[in-house]
Amino acid sequence: MNIKWFKYSSPQTFYPLAGKMIPWFAWLAVVLAIAGLYVSFAIAPTDFQQGEAYRIIFVHVPAAWMSMFIYIVMAVWAAIGLGLNARLSAMMAQALAPTGAIFTLLALVTGSLWGKPMWGAWWVWDARLTSELILLFLYLGFMALQSSIDDPRRADRAGALLALVGVVNVPIIYFSVKWWNTLHQGSTINMGVAPKMAMTMLLGMLLMALAFWMYSIAAALMRVRCIMLERERSADWVKELSAGGKS
Amino acid sequence: MKTAWTNAWLTVLKRDLLLALRRRSDIATTLFFFVIVSSLFPLGIGPEPAVLSSIAPGVLWVAALLAGMISLSRLFSADFTDGTLEQMLLAPEPLALLVTAKILAHWLVCGLPVVLLAPLIGLQYALPNEALLVLVYSLLLGTPTLSLIGAIGAALTLGVRGSGLLVALLVLPLYIPALIFGAGAVAASQHGMSAQAHLSLLAACSLLSLVLAPLATAAALRISVE
Repeated sequence: MNIKWFKYSSPQTFYPLAGKMIPWFAWLAVVLAIAGLYVSFAIAPTDFQQGEAYRIIFVHVPAAWMSMFIYIVMAVWAAIGLGLNARLSAMMAQALAPTGAIFTLLALVTGSLWGKPMWGAWWVWDARLTSELILLFLYLGFMALQSSIDDPRRADRAGALLALVGVVNVPIIYFSVKWWNTLHQGSTINMGVAPKMAMTMLLGMLLMALAFWMYSIAAALMRVRCIMLERERSADWVKELSAGGKS
Repeated sequence: MKTAWTNAWLTVLKRDLLLALRRRSDIATTLFFFVIVSSLFPLGIGPEPAVLSSIAPGVLWVAALLAGMISLSRLFSADFTDGTLEQMLLAPEPLALLVTAKILAHWLVCGLPVVLLAPLIGLQYALPNEALLVLVYSLLLGTPTLSLIGAIGAALTLGVRGSGLLVALLVLPLYIPALIFGAGAVAASQHGMSAQAHLSLLAACSLLSLVLAPLATAAALRISVE
């Protein structure tokens, strides 16, 4: 059997494939989000300690998961791009970064909105909040480096190296922040031990996480299509595309 | 082979140190920056010794971080503009090895003076003698990490527009573990606890970055110079 493993590794063939995949992932995201929101707001029981305020968890936790997951995926694409010299992989890494940064910001904002009624403060130097903030800095650094280098090939490779350095550092940063936090705060706020969650709460969170996941794929594919057109604007297939006026 | 490598390494080290000594004002700038930044805090916060000594570990470490960072742009830029860097890339010796010599020179010129000056500033912050000693130890173990990680950032932003500010954005988040363990060591000794754990972790960070950072820096230089 002769499988063409790299058929879709060229922008020319991947562009139409991505175009076909986007609606699927987008619709999946919408359906899962509706189901997830329904479970979160209508079915999941009220928390006896936190009342209704806890329901932000259904956005907060999936956003935090995605923010970390996307960074790893981005670094994997970057590594493939750097190792195999594959343009498309580097473009995927570049396309994923803004989505990851948005989820990081979302996790931070919802975290502080949740913190106000729970802890009485918009911001607490909790280990998780702090490492999430540092993750945002890492995303911003990646995007700033890529956008400040004019040569796209160099931007790809420099960004890839930075993403890899970041991925090595993320666990070190996470544990250092965690130890710093336990040293300074004692156990005034204990987010580490999750209270026993009702099945429906877990289900809501999982559905929302899947919805975010599908959204991320759809958004990254849309962005990568734009990047492909911009980078390959002098290639024949883009010219044919724009002459034909059809995507 | 081995002696050729040692020779090349020593040559690069000597050359960088010589160049730095010819431009002594550059070293002084970094040092004065450290002194000025750490002198601003008492002016902003107030002269109470109790408050000052409680913020001293963090302030001195952050000042050391910033001082290490502003000098990073000089690490490769002069060699990049006059073409020396290209010769290093073409040299038969591994680039990562030559890079360690450059980083060591940078640390001797920009890091070590800060380490030696820090206890003096610590006195202004009413730090007790024991904490001063731990401060020197922690900076001695931690500042090499700053130079090593910083070199990656300096190499990535070589010749990029706005590289001075960009380097801050890239490098400062990666400095956080060193800051936490370094300032933590001093704070621990202030509270009568052993600073051993923090210092060990700091040394671990330094060793890990000593292994990985030169390789990453060499890769980054190859990307930047092409």
